[in-house]
Amino acid sequence: MKLVIAIIQPYKLEEVKEELYKSEINLITVSEVLGHGRQMGVTEVYRGHKETGNLLRKIRLEIAVNENYVEPAIKAIVKGAKTGEAGDGKIFVLDLNECVRIRTEERGPVAIG
Amino acid sequence: MVNAGDTAWVLMSSALVLLMTPALAFFYGGMVRRKNVLSVLMQCFIIVCVLSIQWVVIGYSLSFAPSKGFWGGLQWLGLNGVGLEPYADYAGTIPHQAFMVFQMMFAIITPALIIGAFAERMKFSAFLVFTLLWATFVYDPLCHWVWGMGGWLRNIGALDFAGGTVVHINAGIAALVTAIVLGKRSNLDKNVPTPHNMPFVVLGTALLWFGWFGFNAGSALAANGLAVNAFVVTNTAAAAAGLSWALIEWLRNGKPTIFGVCSGAVAGLVAITPAAGFVSVIPAIIIGMLVSVFCFIAVTVIKPLFGYDDSLDAFGVHCVGGIWGALATGLFASRLVNSAGADGLFFGNPKQFLVQLAAVGVTIVYTSVVTLIIYKLVDLFIGVRVDEKSEAMGLDLTQHHERAYTVLE
Repeated sequence: MKLVIAIIQPYKLEEVKEELYKSEINLITVSEVLGHGRQMGVTEVYRGHKETGNLLRKIRLEIAVNENYVEPAIKAIVKGAKTGEAGDGKIFVLDLNECVRIRTEERGPVAIG
Repeated sequence: MVNAGDTAWVLMSSALVLLMTPALAFFYGGMVRRKNVLSVLMQCFIIVCVLSIQWVVIGYSLSFAPSKGFWGGLQWLGLNGVGLEPYADYAGTIPHQAFMVFQMMFAIITPALIIGAFAERMKFSAFLVFTLLWATFVYDPLCHWVWGMGGWLRNIGALDFAGGTVVHINAGIAALVTAIVLGKRSNLDKNVPTPHNMPFVVLGTALLWFGWFGFNAGSALAANGLAVNAFVVTNTAAAAAGLSWALIEWLRNGKPTIFGVCSGAVAGLVAITPAAGFVSVIPAIIIGMLVSVFCFIAVTVIKPLFGYDDSLDAFGVHCVGGIWGALATGLFASRLVNSAGADGLFFGNPKQFLVQLAAVGVTIVYTSVVTLIIYKLVDLFIGVRVDEKSEAMGLDLTQHHERAYTVLE
C-alpha cells in the first residue's frame, strides 16, 4: 500500500480529478495549502510596503492506493496538472503501513478501494 | 423658528455620521490580522456606547455651553436647558437637541480614529479609560475652543467647517503619540502583518464616504445651498484623491491597488472636511489630488524612516490629511462660496493662512502633551499594553474570549 501526496496548482484540480476518475481512482482527499517552490511567491504591496516571496495557494491531494494503482495514479496526476511551467507542483509516494475502513473495520489492501 | 426641512436634514445627517464609526470599524478591521479583527470592531462599537452617554451627561456642556474658559460652561450638564427650541448662536432653525445629537456623532468618531494607531496591542480596560479621559480632557476643550461660544480659536477667526482640526488633526496627532509611546507590535521586523480582509476595507471606505455627506454637508446645519456646496466638494475631493493615490502607486510600484484607492479616498474626505463650506469645486480637486501625495509620503517614507508603528496609519492619513485641509482652507477659502466665512490667501487675505496655521499648531501642541499625560496615567494605574503572549495569541481571544472565524463547521 502507498500514500500518494500531490501538491498542484489550484486551477488544475478539476483536470486532475477527471484523469484520476478515468483510471478508476475515486477516493481522494483535497485540502487548500500555502507554499512555493522555485518560482517563488508574487510580491504583494500594502500602502507602499512591499512584501516579497509570499506563499502561493496550492492544492494538496492525498490518495491511498494499492501497489498496482501507484503508476496509474502518478500518470493521471501528471497528465492533469502538467503545464511545463515552474509551479506545476510535486508528487510524493510514501509507504503506507495500515489502512482501516471505519464503517466495517476491515484492514489492509481490501480497505483501500 | 424650527424649520422642518433643516431639522430633517440634520437628523438624517446625524444618522449618517453615526454610521461612520461602524464603517471605520470595518475599514480598520479589514486591515488587522484575523486574530484581532473583533478587538477593533469591539473598540469602535463600545466607543459609540461610552461616548453617547458621556456626551449627554457632561461632554456637550463641556464643549458647547457658552464660556470663555478652558472648557465650556457647566450649565448644560445632563442636557439641562438643552431643549427642543432652537439655540440661535449655534443653529437658528433646528431644535437645540438636534444640534446636540449631530455634534455627539463627531465626539464619537474622533476617539475611534485613534484606534488605528494602537490596534493589535492595547489592553481593552486601558483603552476604555484612555478613551473616556481623552474625550473629556482633549476633545471637549478643543471642540469648545474651535466651535463653542466664547472659544478662543473661534474668536481669532480660525475656519474649520466640519472638523479638520477638532476631529482629524486632533485624533491623528493623538494617534502618533500613542503609537510612539506604546511601541511597535512584537515581531514586526520579521513578520509584517498584512490586511486579513481587503473587502472589509473597501466596504468600510464605501460606508465612510457615504456617511461623510452627513459629516460635511450636515455641518451647514440647514438644508440649503451651503450644504449642497459641501456635498459637491466632498465628493469631488474624495474622487480626486482616490484617483491620485492610484496613479502614484501605478508610477511608483507598477500596479495600482484597491487599498490605495481606499486610502486616497479617505485622505481626500479628511482634507476637504475643514474646507467643505468655504471652497468651490476646482480647489476641491486640487486639495484632493495633493492630499494623496502628502499622505502617501507620510505612510511609505516618513513612517519607515522614523520607525513608529502607527499600525493602520491614523496619523499618516488623518493628521497629515487634516493639516493639509486646514492650511488649504486658508489658501482657497472664498466669501463667494460662504459670505459668513473668510477669504483665503489666494483670494487676497494672507492673514487667514496664518490663523489656520496657528490653529493647527495649537492643536498639535495641546493634544500631544495632554494625550501623553493621559497615556502615562493610564499606564501607571492599569498598564496599557497586553503581555507578549496575549499579543501573539491575538486580542480577540485574550481580551474578549471570542473568535471571528471558525475553522471547522
